[in-house]
Amino acid sequence: MGIEELVESIGSHVLTTTLGKVVGWGRGNSVWPAQFGLACCAIEMIATATAGVDIARFGSEAMRASPRQSDLMIVSGRVSQKMAPILRTVYDQMPEPKWVISMGACASTGGVFNNYALLQGVDKIVPVDVYIPGCPPRPEDLLNALMILQERIKAQGILPRQ
Amino acid sequence: MSETEGVTITKTGAPGAFGGELLTVNFGPHHPSTHGVLRLIVDLDGEQIRRVKPVIGYLHTGIEKQMEALRWQQGVVVTDRHDYLSPPINNLAYALAVERLMGVDVPPRAQVLRVIMSELTRLSSHLVWMGTSGLELGAMSMLMYCFRERDTILDMNEEISGFRMHTSYIRPGGVYADATPRFLEMLEGFIYAMPGHIDEYENLLTMNPIWRSRTIGIGRLSPDDAKVLGATGPMLRGSGVDWDLRKAVPYSGYESYDFEVATSDDCDCYGRYLVRIKEMREAVKILRQALDKLPDGPVNVDDRKMLPPPREELETSMEAVIHHFKLFTEGYSVPPGDVYVAVESGRGENGCYVVSDGTHKPRRVKFRAASFVNLQALERMALNHMVADMIAIIGTADAVLGDVDR
Repeated sequence: MGIEELVESIGSHVLTTTLGKVVGWGRGNSVWPAQFGLACCAIEMIATATAGVDIARFGSEAMRASPRQSDLMIVSGRVSQKMAPILRTVYDQMPEPKWVISMGACASTGGVFNNYALLQGVDKIVPVDVYIPGCPPRPEDLLNALMILQERIKAQGILPRQ
Repeated sequence: MSETEGVTITKTGAPGAFGGELLTVNFGPHHPSTHGVLRLIVDLDGEQIRRVKPVIGYLHTGIEKQMEALRWQQGVVVTDRHDYLSPPINNLAYALAVERLMGVDVPPRAQVLRVIMSELTRLSSHLVWMGTSGLELGAMSMLMYCFRERDTILDMNEEISGFRMHTSYIRPGGVYADATPRFLEMLEGFIYAMPGHIDEYENLLTMNPIWRSRTIGIGRLSPDDAKVLGATGPMLRGSGVDWDLRKAVPYSGYESYDFEVATSDDCDCYGRYLVRIKEMREAVKILRQALDKLPDGPVNVDDRKMLPPPREELETSMEAVIHHFKLFTEGYSVPPGDVYVAVESGRGENGCYVVSDGTHKPRRVKFRAASFVNLQALERMALNHMVADMIAIIGTADAVLGDVDR
């Protein structure tokens, strides 16, 4: 069998792509969040996981209790000065590649609490990929942020964060 | 944060009752079963708990200090966010305190709307409690059922106030807006459906052998201990003490509703669960009565120095424009004095102590957080139990860490 016939016979059964796209597709559709609830937004984060909006449609229903098993940290709520080092520790414990969603006004900027007690934006201690506005954001907002993040992960290929 | 803060290393290594050594373990602050960012330092003898020390402050937000920087009407927004599972009840405590200082009475329709929102909030708060506690003790499906009804309540919140969780609906001088016809329709449907849903939860939990063995006899708190430790709400009533602020010190017209105070003589985690189930049934009863007697009329006090004039008046009346301008640049001032008002939230006595020095901002606002006080009973309940029972005990104490730390 010549090479032309070979190509002809398998041509309609094979997809060609790059390794980066396959890896990105796999990572993007199985983003496991760390179970890291802080304040009001955590309740909406739980609501995102329940039947109404169902984050499982996007492959992220597996909220891991251990940061070692998770890819995504959803900073759901206000981060106090006392909590900041713990948040950073949890982030450091997560294996690469990892992503962060800053959920809500408090996590993103401090929100209405411009005072001594709160960290004025979680991006002061961890790199943030997606910010969600709202106080607290709706579950649909969190899903939207996850979809934005998935697009980004899929575009990043094998080596994210270069 | 210092390295040695709250650490009880002195006990580690001391001989235990079973031939082993005491071990000090850290629960939290990032732990999936502590209902937020609570940290507990636990001394264990084998698997038995010998000492529990809660370390709080991981969610300290400076809410009380923040209120001093905000005008009276702006403060409502911040009250939503301390006990984030019952925002309208927090609003109510603050609004009642400000109204008492100013000496105003809200119209009857506003009072009934306040009761409706309070009871809806109590239901949604108990639903979150039951969903998460069920999840922690292995009843995974409870979360799905409870959040289904909670979402219905949040949809109603959205219909009446435009926001799902932090409604800021109850404000000094009345409520944000009148109930829409669609809200009343939704409420009617909810009242019709909710008793059946509560039956559904009871089918899943009340006679469930796993749930019963995880909660019956666990976390005993005697009536005397509960009173001495200042516990309120389902924690106190679960210990058989008949004390409910809605009956004892009625506010917003609660004296005119016919409902029972839920109590249980079990004094354990199961008793507290039964109290919450009963409270949900009573809340539906109150909602039914409130909807039936909802009077017509205004929903705000007729005081242009306190609340903005209607939009249409701004185009015709110079006085209305002046009032509007003054309210939104300077706000109103409250006569000097101090007042303490307490309301019954899903967690217990939710108090608000307000000091005014006669200016347009509060001098001091202090919240008496039910969760904070209830947390004191934790050690008494957990002593000599197994470490796994800790989860049931924290669960039924139902502390909201935003409320504890403020």
